[in-house]
Amino acid sequence: MEGSGLIVSSSPHQHTTVSTPIIMSDVILALMPACFAGVWFFRLRALAMMAVCVGSAVITEAALQRLGGKPITVRDYSAAVTGLLLALVLPPDLPLWTGAIGAIFSVAIAKFVFGGLGRNIFNPALIGRAFLLASWPVFMTKWSWPIIQASWIPEFDAVTTATPLVLMKDMGIKAPYANLFFGQVAGCIGETSALAILIGAAYLIYRGHINLRIPLSFIGTVAVLTALFGQDPLFHILAGGLLLGAFFMATDYVTSPVTPKGQIIYGVGCGILVALIRLYGGYPEGTCYAILIMNAATALIERYSIPRKFGEVKRVA
Amino acid sequence: MELSEGGVLENMALRTFKGGVHPRYNKDATFKKPIKNIPSPGQVVIPLHQHTGAPCEPLVKAGDEVKVGQKIGDSKARLTAPVHASVSGKVKAVVNHLQSSGMDGLCVVIESDGLDTPDESIRPRDNADRLGKEELISIIREAGIVGLGGAAFPTYFKLTPPAGKTFDTLVLNGAECEPYLSADHRLMVERPMDVVRGIKLLMKASNVGQAVIGIEENKPDAISALRQAVDGDAKIEIVPLEVKYPQGAEKQLIWAILRREVPSGGLPVDVGVVVNNVGTSVAVKEAVIDSMPLVKRVVTVTGTCVREPQNLRVPIGTSVGDMIEACGGTRIPPKKVILGGPMMGVAQHSTDVPITKGTSGILLLSENEAVLEEPLPCIRCGKCVEVCPMHLMPLSIAGYAEAGRFDDSERFGALDCIECGCCSFICPSHRRLVQGIRLAKAEIRAGQSARRA
Repeated sequence: MEGSGLIVSSSPHQHTTVSTPIIMSDVILALMPACFAGVWFFRLRALAMMAVCVGSAVITEAALQRLGGKPITVRDYSAAVTGLLLALVLPPDLPLWTGAIGAIFSVAIAKFVFGGLGRNIFNPALIGRAFLLASWPVFMTKWSWPIIQASWIPEFDAVTTATPLVLMKDMGIKAPYANLFFGQVAGCIGETSALAILIGAAYLIYRGHINLRIPLSFIGTVAVLTALFGQDPLFHILAGGLLLGAFFMATDYVTSPVTPKGQIIYGVGCGILVALIRLYGGYPEGTCYAILIMNAATALIERYSIPRKFGEVKRVA
Repeated sequence: MELSEGGVLENMALRTFKGGVHPRYNKDATFKKPIKNIPSPGQVVIPLHQHTGAPCEPLVKAGDEVKVGQKIGDSKARLTAPVHASVSGKVKAVVNHLQSSGMDGLCVVIESDGLDTPDESIRPRDNADRLGKEELISIIREAGIVGLGGAAFPTYFKLTPPAGKTFDTLVLNGAECEPYLSADHRLMVERPMDVVRGIKLLMKASNVGQAVIGIEENKPDAISALRQAVDGDAKIEIVPLEVKYPQGAEKQLIWAILRREVPSGGLPVDVGVVVNNVGTSVAVKEAVIDSMPLVKRVVTVTGTCVREPQNLRVPIGTSVGDMIEACGGTRIPPKKVILGGPMMGVAQHSTDVPITKGTSGILLLSENEAVLEEPLPCIRCGKCVEVCPMHLMPLSIAGYAEAGRFDDSERFGALDCIECGCCSFICPSHRRLVQGIRLAKAEIRAGQSARRA
């Protein structure tokens, strides 16, 4: 009221210090091990791709907000997260301009058109990847190996078109666990090293930003289904984009269910789709599409997984 | 459910509820400081409506002489609580005055003569042990006792179960889960015998065979003081609880201690429980044994702005300003003055408001602490869903309320919200979720009464 100068607001008057920008910057921090692994294995190509994607994403968001006369919110780091995640799921030899187009598409179409932060239905980074895969399929399936010798692959060629999942699907060759775990295989920039991804995931869990419902139900489902169909579950967990997808993409707040039960249903759904695509689909890898399809189901899942209220005796449907 | 016999702390995992948050407790400034009585203020302003239920009619007029404990307001309504003079002196006026709700209400202003002369009716009762249930309830009503935890619900009303229902357990709330506050903690440490005496009277009044005192385990001194005071009485158990907010919320407390779930829209009596605050228990002891009505209470005055934070025992009706002065005034200018704790307390726009029976604390926040962050878009992180102790979806209730779709807010359980503030506390986008839910509740209730009319 006039004179007193005291702030009068609704309770509570005390708040956590963990804000959205802090969560986003923690996600970037958690991606650092995967980024380092990418640069370690794929050298400056990887670093340049990250810079191009992050830069394009941030500039796109700022430019669109500027044009639309809206407050510029790049300081919430969400565009940077989108750009970085996109870079990590692109092949290292992809032309840089392609990465830039992917990042622009991610932010402009997958995020901004839907209403900006918090409103998008699909994971922007994965939409960017799916768009590039549809538009430049040749670039998007050309891989290089970070090692020059692999005795377990006959007629090894460092610039083959085969990732471990392709080798498995087409030739039945299984990459050694150690290579998959540390990352000495062909694959997307940030996907090859399971170790690096797990370190980052552990940090996000430690900080309380993600819980284990989605990643565990996702990965667990893939393990169970691949085992049921006679394949090696551990190989399927370590190979391809499953770990990065399960810990960093499927857990995306905006596009996954907020209800605890819904998160498990969603994770299981992702897992079933990945297993189906890998085992029976036309593609060797299915993490990206699996998550995008489940993104579309998020609202529906939430609707049927509303928690039982405390004190609610009978469930009112 | 059977209660275990002693040794709870050693043998069992700490009991609690699902959900909740861990705000910084900030109790260090006061929890070790003994309760201090301050000289009666020159003037008290006693609201005639400081409880849930009907307001009181004044029984005095300007110019009347009053003494401590003299009834100065009462009502014939079924649900109400009389009010009493908290100082002796002369009634200056019966006027509308600003109250902690932010609105004006009728108050009795008494100018103190500084003598604190008790009313003639105040004489220790020697027959306290022979009093029956009905007599006890009537004494508790006449003493104007209400829940001292903050809700200020008349205690006599709570102790009388509705037709067809009975109590089997009395739960004593000593959780004191609100950050900053330490009034209950100090009462348990300094006056454990009175707490236990009050419990025994409350057990008799509510006709129950067992009582459980729930205390957050960060108050080991209170736990051991009460253990000693209970002195092996098998009917009274002390249960240490996990330190988590809102551990002291009625429904969460009952669940933590007894694993009974108060039904949606229901009351503790629906699961055979009556809950009272430890401060209320002391007030009951004073009313029954000493025949002194509820005229004083302990209030924690704290926050970085306060020069010397204290637990003060003061007459009801003392102004917030006088209490801050009694703590040496302010060290830095406060930007926010809160009655109660930081999670559920009410921000004031003036320090010229009287404390009431339900005021557990006065919290002064500095400019830095009071800063209101601008809300960012909801990123659907789901943290509000994780922490809601009622297992609601605050983002949905508040989201629909913002869109004016109050029917949908209701469908998502708006009316079950206890307004504990966990969702707003945890929201990384600083969204004003509780505020939105309160709006929804008000609109839903308005709609309901419109339909009834």
